[in-house]
Amino acid sequence: MEQLINFLSSNMGMIYILILSVFLGIEVISHVPSVLHTPLMSGANAIHGVVIIGAIIVMGQAEPDNYLALTLGFLAVILGTLNVVGGFVVTDRMLELFKKKKK
Amino acid sequence: MENQILQIIYLIGSITFIIGLKRLSHPDTARRGNLIAAFGMTIAIAGTIFLYRNDNGESFSSSNIILIFVALLIGTILGVLGAKKVKMTAMPQMVSLFNGMGGACAAIISVIEYQHHFAVGEYGYMGTVLAGLLIGSISFSGSMIAFGKLNGNINDKTIPGQSIINLILMAALIGTGAYLTTLQEPNMMLLGVLTVGCLIYGVFFVMPIGGADMPVVISLLNSFTGVAAALGGFIYNNQVMLTGGILVGSAGTILTILMCKAMNRSLLNVIIGSFGGGASGAAAVGNSAMGTIKEISVSDAAVLLSYSKKVMIVPGYGLAVAQAQHACHELETLLEEKGVEVKYAIHPVAGRMPGHMNVLLAEADVPYPKLLEMEDANNEFNSTDAVIVIGANDVVNPAAKKNPQSPIYGMPILEVENAQNVIVMKRGMAAGYAGIENELFYEPKTRMLFGDAKATLQKLISEVKAN
Repeated sequence: MEQLINFLSSNMGMIYILILSVFLGIEVISHVPSVLHTPLMSGANAIHGVVIIGAIIVMGQAEPDNYLALTLGFLAVILGTLNVVGGFVVTDRMLELFKKKKK
Repeated sequence: MENQILQIIYLIGSITFIIGLKRLSHPDTARRGNLIAAFGMTIAIAGTIFLYRNDNGESFSSSNIILIFVALLIGTILGVLGAKKVKMTAMPQMVSLFNGMGGACAAIISVIEYQHHFAVGEYGYMGTVLAGLLIGSISFSGSMIAFGKLNGNINDKTIPGQSIINLILMAALIGTGAYLTTLQEPNMMLLGVLTVGCLIYGVFFVMPIGGADMPVVISLLNSFTGVAAALGGFIYNNQVMLTGGILVGSAGTILTILMCKAMNRSLLNVIIGSFGGGASGAAAVGNSAMGTIKEISVSDAAVLLSYSKKVMIVPGYGLAVAQAQHACHELETLLEEKGVEVKYAIHPVAGRMPGHMNVLLAEADVPYPKLLEMEDANNEFNSTDAVIVIGANDVVNPAAKKNPQSPIYGMPILEVENAQNVIVMKRGMAAGYAGIENELFYEPKTRMLFGDAKATLQKLISEVKAN
């Protein structure tokens, strides 16, 4: 119990961000026409690729002799990049189609 | 100093994600919104590489930076190639695939953190790390299965008692995770077992879910990865990961719930994975009351369409499979030239992803105002002379309104039976993805046009031209 309270209070700023972001996410998406559901899902998919930042931090701090961290970190950065780059490019390709038809 | 600049970059990054998502929700601004978010992501990544300082004020070693760039380069090349090469019809699989990559990335981070920063007694921190592993790896294997299913490599499989097995497995995974946080030293062996268990759970989670539920699952897995990324934000006290992850987590969850509502199913029902459960019984009930089906020849169909005032096209997954969107658009312009009003009725869950049909038809240059959403379309069926159902089944099944035993009972459908004539293009009499009979096909005003959607449409086009 004490542990939990300590954890919460030492992360209070983050928890505020968390709660506000939850409501923001709901608010931002609530007026989306269904035509845009797929591009939106794909765009959101690219945004959660932000997890790559964690992979970069892990990778950057890995000691030269920690092969587990280096190998896995390397792999994680590749996977994260795939998520980010692939996600944004696919979304852009989808949206390009929407633009073209609107003379 | 560097860290402070980095914090500001993260702030800008977070704002671009919010603006990006907001803009993505309007057709006019969507493309720019995507680019804005991509810009934010780029500066956040570049900033992290060059400006990140650990608690001792040290930057990354230059050899590690080189390795990071090599990894970034490999990921970028593969990502761009994959995203550019993929056919428009295969888009849903691709989103699922990229989503899985993000999940795997989150899971790997957790494994390294567990080994590297093991802290006795820090239950909150360790719990966050393990939750990231749990959610990330479930998202990864689940997305891979979803990818395989949408790609047609994997079929639906249900083990008897699957939902109970899933619940027990989930409880076991959470229990193992909780036990791991109480240990005095890292136990990589058990961590490996936990990871494998999560991967298996992800497979079990998606395996029995079929057809109509696929969009829901992808959206749900998408929000899972978002949550995993947000947990990463907690681990590194990194705001941009937190905001980015949680935005996607909450937006994805809402999107998932909206989709569930459109199909009149509870999210819990989807998660436990019990579609098809009552389907066999319902099909048997339906069969006895069925009448006979009537076919229509291509030339008769062409005449019917040419002399209609208003035609509504209802596209479904069959259109995507047959790559018939261009043929469909050609038929539409041809009929319009003859003075027929042609519109498209889009069911929210038609295809394998919400908006799947819209993307597909946009590829074929179908003008945006021609695509009607379900409510608008339902208001217009009464004044429609002919409906062409192309490869759609469950979304036009009247059982959703009439038959309380049907597994899709209560799902809003396109009420095509209100139109004067209904032409159903279908490859054969197989049931739809939900595995249930469709009594629409036996209605007196319905005529069937069997064959591959693209080939049939092309025949229809030449017949209409000849008329």
